[in-house]
Amino acid sequence: MLALEIRDLRKIYSNNVEALKGVSLKVREGDFFALLGPNGAGKTTLIGIVTSLVNKTSGSVQIFGHDLDSQKSFAKSLIGLVPQEFNLAIFEKVENILLQQAGYYGISRSLAKQRAEKYLKKLDLWEKRESQVRELSSGMKRRLMFARAMMHEPKLLILDEPTAGVDLEIRRSMWSFIQGINREGVTIILTTHYLEEAENLCRNVAIIDHGEIIANTSVSDLLSTLQTESFVLFLAQPCAELPVIDDLVLRKIDDKTLEIDLKKTHSMNYVFEHLSANNIVVNSMRNKVNRLEEMFMLLTKNGRS
Amino acid sequence: MNAQNWIAYWTITEREIRRFLRIWGQSLVPSAITTSLYFIVFGGLIGNRIGSLHGFSYAQYITPGLVMLAVITNSYTNVSTSFYLSKFIRNIEEVLVSPATSTVILLGYITGGVIRGLLIGAVVILISLFFTHIVIAHFFIMLLVIVLSSALFSIFGFINALYADNFDQISIIPTFVLTPLTYLGGIFYSIEMLPSHWQIVSHFNPVLYMVNTFRYGMLGQSDVNVVGSIIVLSLVAVLSFCLAWILLEKGVGIRT
Repeated sequence: MLALEIRDLRKIYSNNVEALKGVSLKVREGDFFALLGPNGAGKTTLIGIVTSLVNKTSGSVQIFGHDLDSQKSFAKSLIGLVPQEFNLAIFEKVENILLQQAGYYGISRSLAKQRAEKYLKKLDLWEKRESQVRELSSGMKRRLMFARAMMHEPKLLILDEPTAGVDLEIRRSMWSFIQGINREGVTIILTTHYLEEAENLCRNVAIIDHGEIIANTSVSDLLSTLQTESFVLFLAQPCAELPVIDDLVLRKIDDKTLEIDLKKTHSMNYVFEHLSANNIVVNSMRNKVNRLEEMFMLLTKNGRS
Repeated sequence: MNAQNWIAYWTITEREIRRFLRIWGQSLVPSAITTSLYFIVFGGLIGNRIGSLHGFSYAQYITPGLVMLAVITNSYTNVSTSFYLSKFIRNIEEVLVSPATSTVILLGYITGGVIRGLLIGAVVILISLFFTHIVIAHFFIMLLVIVLSSALFSIFGFINALYADNFDQISIIPTFVLTPLTYLGGIFYSIEMLPSHWQIVSHFNPVLYMVNTFRYGMLGQSDVNVVGSIIVLSLVAVLSFCLAWILLEKGVGIRT
């Protein structure tokens, strides 16, 4: 079953900017789906329309087969949103934020209280339940927005840059939380600027640029189309002279650091054989840039050229 | 409304009530102070020289108008400020993404405004007891007029907040429209005291009908037709509700 089906979605703003140019997209139930795109590509508009925060110009959106126009209330009850920017009532108490959110979805107070306790504990905010939102740190506010989005236990959770501006530790705990709810069957749509996040978490991806979908496939298929990968090699001993190896592009960064562009047709063994033959010992290595980032740059650059 | 909508409606209403009670120093106290000042200055010092109006002391005569003045301004401000603030900090999105319908959202905000109106009306009546003797001629008409007037001005406040792009724009209407209308709406005088042409002009002021109908409920005296006023007030409230509903449904001022 499809969790989200978008057909020929268009959005023209009042200033005549065409933010979406007939976008069609399908996200399967249970998927962990990345929606990527450069700033101004149309991601936020797309999410805005799906979550009823932006009026569409034309096209249709279905949530688990329920049309967002004709079955609005029911379709909306299936969606949860963690927005990019903080949109919490700062003078409200943490627990009240969650109870109110449940109330907007018609959830009884007793069930709301149970869920508030469950998600506040899961997201390590239980001790802060009586605090006002303005007293929370940025990381805590992020986690509170996660808890808020989960209060009606949506089947489709949309995360718009959910870990922007939070430290690594909190980001990892959020990843673990999101992976947990995805395992429980919740479909996740994630937009993020951290492409490492998308590569590690998501199974499928769509890249949007200039209001159009320019790629829509699985993350692994997308990465397999990369023809070249760049690696940074950290050497055990200084390398005086750069060796010449057929078909390989090597660059010297400093005496103990090399960069190499490896074609898909070459194996790592091929590289190491030649380096060993030139008495170069590699201590460690890493990708120069995240692979998805490389692909993303390639696709969005192509879109612009 | 089904159970789900009732819960959503009550959640918005309760949130609105808690909001104005939390800021009681800003929401309830100012009306109590200004009402006391009106009674001291107009009811006591000046009123004693005016004598009686339609058989009532001046302090008694202005009491219904002072109640309506407080009710109208508080209902309007409650909804316009609260809704605009939600737009400003964007927590209105919490409601907009939820299945709560436009009717539920609108009714929740209006009920919040009406309850503040009723509460402030009670506060002003309570204060008036320190300055004058209060008689209540028709309690249910009083109650009906307060509810209708505060509902109507809550809706106006809601529409104002939908269109407002900054805080200045939610104070323009109260300052330049609401205040002149209320002060010229027969709070401090009977329109019979005006020259005939100003009497005609006054009949175009909707607040005149609210003040006088409420005065009828409280003192049993009115410059206008009470039944006609209540019918018109109800019709205007229904039409305004429909307008606000259409604007909300279209997302004017809240959805791009």
